[in-house]
Amino acid sequence: MNIFAPVGRVFIAFLESTGRLARFTLKTVSHCFRPPFYFRALAGQMIEIGFYSLPVVALTTMFSGMVIALQSYSGLSTLSSEGVVASVVELTITRELGPVMAALMVAGRVGAAMAAELGTMRVTEQIDALTTLSTNPFKYLIVPRVLAGVLMLPVLVLIGDIIGIYGGWLICVYKLDFNGTNFLRNVWNFMQAIDIYSGMTKAAVFGFIVTLLGCYNGYHSRGGAEGVGAATTNAVVASSILILISNYWLTELFFAK
Amino acid sequence: MDTLYKVRMTDVHKAFGKKVVLDGVNLDVKKGESLVIIGGSGTGKSVTIKCIQGLLTPDSGSITVDGREIVGLSEREMEKINAQTGMLFQGAALFDSLNIWENVAFGLIQGKKLKRADAKEIAIEKLKQVGLSPDVAVLYPDELSGGMKKRVGLARAIASNPELIFFDEPTTGLDPIMSDVINDLIRSCVSDLGSTSITITHDMSSVRKIADTVAMLYKGKIIWHGSVKDIDDSGNPYVDQFINGRADGPIQMEIRG
Ligand SMILES: Nc1ncnc2c1ncn2[C@@H]1O[C@H](COP(=O)(O)OP(=O)(O)OP(=O)(O)O)[C@@H](O)[C@H]1O
Ligand SMILES: [Mg+2]
Repeated sequence: MNIFAPVGRVFIAFLESTGRLARFTLKTVSHCFRPPFYFRALAGQMIEIGFYSLPVVALTTMFSGMVIALQSYSGLSTLSSEGVVASVVELTITRELGPVMAALMVAGRVGAAMAAELGTMRVTEQIDALTTLSTNPFKYLIVPRVLAGVLMLPVLVLIGDIIGIYGGWLICVYKLDFNGTNFLRNVWNFMQAIDIYSGMTKAAVFGFIVTLLGCYNGYHSRGGAEGVGAATTNAVVASSILILISNYWLTELFFAK
Repeated sequence: MDTLYKVRMTDVHKAFGKKVVLDGVNLDVKKGESLVIIGGSGTGKSVTIKCIQGLLTPDSGSITVDGREIVGLSEREMEKINAQTGMLFQGAALFDSLNIWENVAFGLIQGKKLKRADAKEIAIEKLKQVGLSPDVAVLYPDELSGGMKKRVGLARAIASNPELIFFDEPTTGLDPIMSDVINDLIRSCVSDLGSTSITITHDMSSVRKIADTVAMLYKGKIIWHGSVKDIDDSGNPYVDQFINGRADGPIQMEIRG
């Protein structure tokens, strides 16, 4: 047996799935701009992503802010001052941890749910049924989800930023005995516009990644309950990896000199 | 423009991987006719009607609906054709996020842009026709029995009075009396509303009640197609064996261990 055959097969399978994902992405984007628009579905998804993800996002960003405050104080103790701790908290939360944490949480919650829901609809022929009722599944199912992700993740991240900084403030005031007002003044003075808008941009990109991969994996799932399970896992794993990789490149884009 | 035929399939081939399902299907359905497709389990009856609706794309061959070629037709044009058709899926394929009347009214609200209140009225009327009381309207699909789901699927398929209706095993899982009610309903769609219908069934009493013409699918081809009156003396040993339900004959069931 030729040893190149299996390698070639894997390579072809890889190209095939990349091509399929690219086509799915283009199709989704083009349907975003063509009527009819399903505003009811969009509103439902915005509430699902924006509102119901708030608790997990709040919790994770809060503890991130707390741990950064603690670590930057004890870890950098030779150079640490109130100003350093405040600025490290502000910088890491708004630029990196806020968007990444929120996106990972939404990937686990919403991306997985989308893959499972669309996957179930696919294997029970509900997606075919939509088509026969002259409703385009891309417009009715996928566009509202992806748009809601792109719109709501920045909002979540903005709230997460505030809560994360609040977490840092809590540690500074109650554990490190810093002055709370000074902390806030330091954060405010140190903060730049780019911290916020780079974080928002990242959030929108991550929102796109999470919802698109959730929908893609669900839409193309095969083979009953097992297939739906696999779709869910793939959606979460793939979007988590892509979030972290694209986060690096977005940081490079915004901040590399 | 072909006015005599609603649907014409010419030399349609469809395979899934190496498995050939349709191997040159030729089938004509006249306007206002009720065609019943019979054939063993897994011979490709459902695949045939999914090809006509553009849910599956044939590998080769031609399918016309109202004289219009649909193989390779754009998504948007296909949507227009599907707006004139209705489909009862073998597994009902009800939307489990919507309640029963919203399911039945789906095509009316999304496709025909009716007001919700008006659509609800029609939906309840259609539910009555399939023998379901208005109390059922506010339940969700997972609260219904299998036979009830089937009837809701039927109500949804006929709700917008389509010109072309597909019924995939409409009476499977129903008691004999309800089966007869459904057979009458399907018959009246054709004789009173002038629709063209294509039904798949294994139930010979349904065949005799619903059909104007009968086609038998075997090994990827239509091996017999004729008027229902001739079915008992078709002179075709395959048809004879099938309608009499005999285990021995030219059709050998493939039983794999
Ligand atoms: N999406 C698909 N992917 C792969 N194979 C498929 C697909 N759909 C159908 N098949 C295969 O095609 C064959 C015909 O399937 P089909 O559902 O048309 O059978 P059927 O005639 O409707 O049978 P039944 O009477 O049991 O409903 C089956 O062997 C099935 O395995
Ligand atoms: Mg079938």
